[in-house]
Amino acid sequence: MIDTLRLTAEDAAALLEDGEVAAAELHGAYLEAIRARDEELHAYLTTVDAPEGEGVPIAFKDVISTRGIETTAGSKILAGYRPVFDATVAKRCKQAGLPLLGKTNMDEFAMGSSTENSAYGPTRNPWDPERVPGGSSGGSAAAVAGGLAPWALGSDTGGSVKQPASLCGIVGLRPTYGTVSRYGIVAFASSLDQVGPLTKTVRDCARLYRIIAGRDAYDSTTVELREPVEIPAAEDLRGLRIGVPRELNEVEGIEAGVTDAVRRAIDLCGGLGAEVATCELPRSVEYGLACYYLVAPSEASSNLARYDGVRYGLRAEGNGAIREMYERTRDEGFGDEPKRRIMLGTYALSAGYYEAFYGQAQKVRTVIAREHAALFERFDVLVSPTSPTVAFRLGEKTENPLAMYLSDVLTIPSNMAGLPGLSIPCGLSDGLPVGFQLIGPQFSENTLFRAGHALERALEFDFVPPRLAAKDRA
Amino acid sequence: MSWEPVIGLEIHVQLKTRTKMFCRCELGFGDPENTRTCPVCLSHPGTLPVPNAKAIEWTVKLGLALGCEIAPHAVFHRKNYFYPDLPKGYQISQYDQPLCTNGRFLVPGPDGDAYVGIVRAHLEEDAAKNVHVGGAAGRISGADRTLVDFNRGGTPLVEIVTRPDLRSAEDARIFLQLLRQTVVELGISDAEMEKGSLRFDVNVSVRPEGSSELRTRTELKNMNSFAFAARGIAREIGRQIEIYEKGGEVDQETLHFDPTREDAPPLRSKEEAQDYRYFPEPDLVPLAPARDLVERARAELPELPGQRIRRLERDYALPFYDAEVLSGLPALAALFERTVAAGGDAKATSNLVMNQIVAAGVDPAVVDGLELAKLVEARGRIPRAALDEAIAASGTPGFRADDYTADTAITDAEELRPVVERILEGNPSQVEAYRGGKTGLLGFFVGQVMRELGGKANPKVVNELLREQLGL
Amino acid sequence: MAITRDEVLHVARLARLALTDAEIERLQGELSAILDAVGKVAELDLSDVPPTSHPLDVVNVLGEDEPRPSLPVGDALANAPSREGGFFRVPAA
Ligand SMILES: [Zn+2]
Repeated sequence: MIDTLRLTAEDAAALLEDGEVAAAELHGAYLEAIRARDEELHAYLTTVDAPEGEGVPIAFKDVISTRGIETTAGSKILAGYRPVFDATVAKRCKQAGLPLLGKTNMDEFAMGSSTENSAYGPTRNPWDPERVPGGSSGGSAAAVAGGLAPWALGSDTGGSVKQPASLCGIVGLRPTYGTVSRYGIVAFASSLDQVGPLTKTVRDCARLYRIIAGRDAYDSTTVELREPVEIPAAEDLRGLRIGVPRELNEVEGIEAGVTDAVRRAIDLCGGLGAEVATCELPRSVEYGLACYYLVAPSEASSNLARYDGVRYGLRAEGNGAIREMYERTRDEGFGDEPKRRIMLGTYALSAGYYEAFYGQAQKVRTVIAREHAALFERFDVLVSPTSPTVAFRLGEKTENPLAMYLSDVLTIPSNMAGLPGLSIPCGLSDGLPVGFQLIGPQFSENTLFRAGHALERALEFDFVPPRLAAKDRA
Repeated sequence: MSWEPVIGLEIHVQLKTRTKMFCRCELGFGDPENTRTCPVCLSHPGTLPVPNAKAIEWTVKLGLALGCEIAPHAVFHRKNYFYPDLPKGYQISQYDQPLCTNGRFLVPGPDGDAYVGIVRAHLEEDAAKNVHVGGAAGRISGADRTLVDFNRGGTPLVEIVTRPDLRSAEDARIFLQLLRQTVVELGISDAEMEKGSLRFDVNVSVRPEGSSELRTRTELKNMNSFAFAARGIAREIGRQIEIYEKGGEVDQETLHFDPTREDAPPLRSKEEAQDYRYFPEPDLVPLAPARDLVERARAELPELPGQRIRRLERDYALPFYDAEVLSGLPALAALFERTVAAGGDAKATSNLVMNQIVAAGVDPAVVDGLELAKLVEARGRIPRAALDEAIAASGTPGFRADDYTADTAITDAEELRPVVERILEGNPSQVEAYRGGKTGLLGFFVGQVMRELGGKANPKVVNELLREQLGL
Repeated sequence: MAITRDEVLHVARLARLALTDAEIERLQGELSAILDAVGKVAELDLSDVPPTSHPLDVVNVLGEDEPRPSLPVGDALANAPSREGGFFRVPAA
């Protein structure tokens, strides 16, 4: 009997290697778990019955193009769309022999922090189905936390891997911008989007990152890794200089329980031999969110122009004129959040406003990058909570877009600077997981993995949601 | 009051790279619709552009030929608008940081050099092809549906914008022809208007002679030939002058000519104020042409047609007209230079090459300059007919001028006839080809007869006999 | 900063979104609130700061001019909402 709730990808690989389990059997165990639990969680939009590959199965956020398998990005406008090509990360997973379990639910076009913006209904948090799994990669996070996939890929623009990892009590990496190909990833904001792993352990995270990372000739914005990805084994943090940016740890809205758990983790870092000191990121935190909500919607307004009912996806005919076909297709096809961001971005780029909005936001981006770079002269890693809150209730923030946007206030600044960030679970607050964010300079994934792994061992966080473990035993 | 036209051009040149600008679909012409597409040029979700290195290299080359500065740092922008031939909902183009800026293009004229200022030359992707059907065939108005073929979509396109430095339709024609010849000789474009690989729009305004103001201009679109454009410009100049003279004002508008109905009035469109929302293309990184590569490209530029006109004038003391005609066909200019180098008198050679070689339909590239120089030298003392025959034969292998210029030629037709008959019998396939219409073979037969007789035959008589025998 | 109803309509036209009256009204309020929040970037005097349009510091990433196979026409048209022969079909443009 395979315990999919507890099995890590590394354990699963060992079972396959030792011949204790056949690939089909392993895959079948996850499909069985999906049948048993996904009616409640709704982590998946599509499952794959007979995939290729003899390795550890994987789930993809539905933003990743998969040849012949419906890819909707959580939107009605792409209902029924079957790509005729594989995204580069999908191809790399195929080449690594990872069979696909299915495509996971997400906020429409990756716009959201709760997965409630999916056109196909919300996903629920395995720790408490009344609560959201975070977003936008909520389906991938819930699948891994709920034992419906050993590991999964998500995508992160403003925090869409790190934040759901945090809310679901698992590990999530947002890689350095440019290290993972975006080819075939349904675009939200091109200068920010990155694919990242969602896993149960830091070692699994490093293994999956090793499979997907590296220069891709189909994506001009990718670069070679500076060094090979190492699977971490460190048990302490000796020699690591950790900065604790005051603003990232004290900004208004961080729940007390979150602060407590993060504090304990920071203290533990000191105990593991790290040098810990406080520092400042004043303008990055104060202006990061505003900067992000100009840059990302502007790029999105342009990236989503291709959904015009001409070559694929939904078409609403209207009165027979091309303009009406466009307007009705896009009105019917897009949900509220994409419409809001298309409107905002179109406005920010339009004549007379460009300089004040988009142009100014790009300069703020320079300020944010410089502020981080200055800190990395003194520190190897910066730490903070990943999300200001634990998982919130479904419906709690859907009526107030600005409140929802604040979910990413701690993940956005380093994302704007193109920096890698790792979220690992560091404890519970009111029985719900709290995420601990580690940020490094560009291409410092190996450092993040080493630190994350050592801390993970010391924290001994149990990633199995108690209610599911209990149910499983029953 | 007398009026001065002020004309500027915006020219689009499709580059003849093997593949598209941002994907590696092979470019073709006349392929079945949508057979040259891929997820990138169909703009499927998640696809990304990868710029064509050759297109960038060629744009730099063209920029240098236009006398432009090559930007050390150039950026692609997105130009956002909706149209079915634009699959991404934006065109990847260049905006405020183009590859080539601030050029000066030499346009030699009979009264001295003129320079046309080049504001910029930038690289972008061409749109796909819309076919409007159901109404009047091919027209936008009245169609009930539009069919889209993405084969052409994504072809590398260079846009060249001139300063309003042109003062007449004729100026514009000369400039465009020289520009066309330049891109063809650079080997970067077919620049064929019929195929759409060269297209241009014209901005026209007029102002009182002597004034330096720039008045409201109109834009003429859909220009499909130099002659057509020249007529369109002349007509628009006349229209604007008439408006001003009646005390009116010219409206800023776009005039679409229907190339199939030149007599029809232009369609006017006051286009809805466009807001293209340009911003830097985040899927691409900047271009930074390396200085040493730019300098190498500059050093490797071939002689440009405009420079060639000036050099032919200067080095050979040719009149402008001769230099322009010779320069118009590089092979002709080369033959001229080979012949002069072999001792031919420059002006006499120029006349012979421009007029007789061209008229005889001889390929100048295969003519031996030394032999042609001999003909130039002998032109005054041999019969005109003999010279004509010699020129007609000058492109055939083994042509020797002496065969036509010898003094002791046999003129007796009865003596020559058996030789002519023998040659024709010995070359049946050429005879058949000649009768099939390849009349250029006459020179070949003349040459054969001459060789048989060691050059001692009167070409005029040989020629008459050949025509008689060949039955034409 | 408040955005007017006319501005909402203008932007919706640019973005090709046919909005219902209810959507226009709601968006007018939401966009005004969001613009208030993001307008915060104007507080900083950044006249001498260069813009960052890209987090990567690389240039000249290009592809060689070597053809790769195009899609079979059936694949190209496989997802088309409407086609006619080998063409994509749309209402008259
Ligand atoms: Zn293509």
